[in-house]
Amino acid sequence: MPAPRQHSRPGGRPGGGPRREGGGPPGGPRKQYFRRRRVCKFCEEHIDVIDYKDVKLIGQFVAERGKILPRRLTGTCSSHQHELTTAIKRARNIALLPFAAEV
Amino acid sequence: MRKYEVIFIVRPDVEEEDLNKLVAQMEGVVAGAGGKLEKTEKMGRRRLAYRVGRHQEGFYVLFLFEGTGDTVKELERRLGVTDAVVKFLSVRIDEELKRADKLKALRVAREAKRPKAKASASGASSGTPPAQPVEEQQVQG
Repeated sequence: MPAPRQHSRPGGRPGGGPRREGGGPPGGPRKQYFRRRRVCKFCEEHIDVIDYKDVKLIGQFVAERGKILPRRLTGTCSSHQHELTTAIKRARNIALLPFAAEV
Repeated sequence: MRKYEVIFIVRPDVEEEDLNKLVAQMEGVVAGAGGKLEKTEKMGRRRLAYRVGRHQEGFYVLFLFEGTGDTVKELERRLGVTDAVVKFLSVRIDEELKRADKLKALRVAREAKRPKAKASASGASSGTPPAQPVEEQQVQG
């Protein structure tokens, strides 16, 4: 018979929400929007040219306020991050992406 | 000859008819300045990510053509003096396309070389060591 699952105590660890995969720096409550580190999406899917018109794709690498997400959060490789940066900046120029999104 | 991609936004309050006229006019500019148009695409009405002038929306039109710097210069000048055009962006794309073709050819060649070694290769080339089992944090004490 399996042991009954222990419920977390009320007022326990603040970050003790849903279980997340992957390691992280030990200690400290992890933020809710923590992203699992993974391999570069563009390498995986063999996207050679990152098109600035593909807002659906590029939008995944932009934070809520419109900032470009760092590699350490998205796992993008160096060369693709460079291309991505260019693409995002072009998309901003032609009003496909915001420079700074309103809250 | 180089390949260029020019995208421009037309004011949302122009009529469909006028838009077509404008696009045809710009196509004429490209052809007149020694360009060879490959594709014209009306990407349709879209919400702008930020306010441009007083506009919150716009028609996106995309030109793909082969030409020289002078072609782009002339087209940009014409777009700039046209009131209905709110914003435009020109990008040279031939080098990117060349690079993409090269990468693709490389990949095809690699696949053909060893079609069966893929499973073992992907395991070995993943770079990172096998993930350490994450220590479960014992909170309940």
